[in-house]
Amino acid sequence: MKKIIFSVVAISCFSLCIFAKQGDTPASIARGEKLYQTYCLTCHQKSGNGVPHMNPPLVKTSYVTGDKKKLITWVLKGSTENIPIDDKTYSNNMPAQNYLKDDQIADILTYVRNSFGNTASAIVPADVKAIRAVVVK
Amino acid sequence: MKKTFFHFVLSTLLLMAANSLLACNNDSLKTTNASATPKPDADNAGLKLPAGFGALVVAGNVGEARHIAVTKEGDIYVKLASLKGGKGIYWLHPKSDGKVDEKNGFGSYTGTGMYVKDGYLYASSDEEVFRYKLDGGDKVIDPAKPEKIVTGLVVRHEHEAKAITLDNSGNVYVNVGAYSNSCQEKDRQKGSPGIKPCPILDSAGGIWQFKVDKLNQTYGTGVHYATGLRNVVGLDWNSDINSLFVMQHGRDQLHDLFPTMFDDKQSAELPAECMYQIHLGSNCGWPYIYYDELQHKKILAPEYGGDGKKTAGEDAQDPVVAFPGHLAPNGLLFYTGSMFPEKYQHGAFIAFHGSWNRAPEPQKGFFVAFVPFKDGKPSGDWEIFADGFSGLTQVDSPGDAKHRPCGLAQGPDGSLYVSDDQGGTIYRIMYSK
Ligand code: HEC
Repeated sequence: MKKIIFSVVAISCFSLCIFAKQGDTPASIARGEKLYQTYCLTCHQKSGNGVPHMNPPLVKTSYVTGDKKKLITWVLKGSTENIPIDDKTYSNNMPAQNYLKDDQIADILTYVRNSFGNTASAIVPADVKAIRAVVVK
Repeated sequence: MKKTFFHFVLSTLLLMAANSLLACNNDSLKTTNASATPKPDADNAGLKLPAGFGALVVAGNVGEARHIAVTKEGDIYVKLASLKGGKGIYWLHPKSDGKVDEKNGFGSYTGTGMYVKDGYLYASSDEEVFRYKLDGGDKVIDPAKPEKIVTGLVVRHEHEAKAITLDNSGNVYVNVGAYSNSCQEKDRQKGSPGIKPCPILDSAGGIWQFKVDKLNQTYGTGVHYATGLRNVVGLDWNSDINSLFVMQHGRDQLHDLFPTMFDDKQSAELPAECMYQIHLGSNCGWPYIYYDELQHKKILAPEYGGDGKKTAGEDAQDPVVAFPGHLAPNGLLFYTGSMFPEKYQHGAFIAFHGSWNRAPEPQKGFFVAFVPFKDGKPSGDWEIFADGFSGLTQVDSPGDAKHRPCGLAQGPDGSLYVSDDQGGTIYRIMYSK
């Protein structure tokens, strides 16, 4: 009996977790869209296409759809260096976005990774928290 | 039968004679005034122009064409923002129909500045200014060996273009844009205060004057001619009154950085894109103030304690013309030709590259504007002269525009040339009545 209860609990917990995760992504994307409009749209534009020679696109770039760690680090730190993005350089600074909370950054990046023609896995607040601890002193 | 044949031959001969007489007349007319002015394209190169004007596409796909210069032979030099075929400058030679059929690339650096004067071609990278000696036909003699006249200009990831113009006394004026939006401690960071005094102004945010014929000039040997200018791309010397004029790109993001003081609409319109008359020692007020074209006042920048209403900058110049915000004036030209009607003579043409930070409002600009001038002063309101470059009825994002006007130049016959750094088109606008 104990064993059965344990497995029932375990199974339902497991499925709940998965369900919660899948159910969360669309909600995260919706919240992310609003936040993107407030904090990113001016520079990266509504379409995510950026501004030629000035602000890079967020469409299928190696940062956006690549390694989560690199992406989160970039957004937390911003950039004042002339770093080529997929072989192109841009003439503007990106302010550090570390004033945003973990869940806000997770929502924005989940939105960006699933919009403008991008498809990539969701980013959760725990991902941001772990990287913030390392990059922002 | 013979008779009819004879008549036929006679009338044909007569016709031919008449034709050749007419042709002679045409030819002589051509050589006196119209030889250099071809016909506009049937669709006026897709542009909307005032009555009597026409336009043609001189060349397409030339690359990201920044500033241009037209020689007395009607050839065109183009400076590119990205290398094309490994080259950063192109010489274009149009045929008599105005269309380019011959071109030649040289210079392996990118940049913005391009100017021809007194037997030299001047070109700028984002750190240096070069000049190339021209032969009698205004062709570069040694494309591989320009003289480096200015070196070591600041280039720090923002407002990098070094636009140039020349006066009539052997000086070149170089813009060094500020590597900042509003001289905050952290650029474009909400809540970051403005630094006072702004340290950027020592080597940027102004105009420097150098000699055209001295090598390797630096900040130390040049003249710090004007300050308090955030970023200038369009500038020209007005020979009517011997004075420099510049177009400043005003600051960005009032709403993003100060959402409680400025709503989206105010942030789209403010601050003005300003034309200033510049003399030695001019101060135009950046970053401490901006010009509000709706209140007609110099307003204290919010990074320095402003609230959108407090005025400041008593020591700063007023603009001579104030345009709506963010239109991005990238080319300025005082018209010295006689092809265009009287209204346009001595006036200023401004190429507006088009905005990027007016969202959620639609973007604006992507046209060439005109301001009439008399004795070196504006004599009327500004108006749109050439429109339709974007190819869209509404531009939501500048990347969507088909073409973005950037540079301006005047041809020997008085035609106005416009370059486009998005679609790579060179336009020629002519007046024919
Ligand atoms: C003031 C303009 C500005 C704002 C606001 C801004 N960015 Fe950026 N962003 C830039 C610039 C400029 C670069 C490239 C900087 C460089 O080349 O070093 C960049 C680069 C990036 C990159 C890496 C390159 C790429 O295109 O994939 C990402 C990802 C990014 N930004 C995401 C964001 C997100 C998310 C926000 C909002 C939270 C945001 N940015 C807000 C200007 C901005």
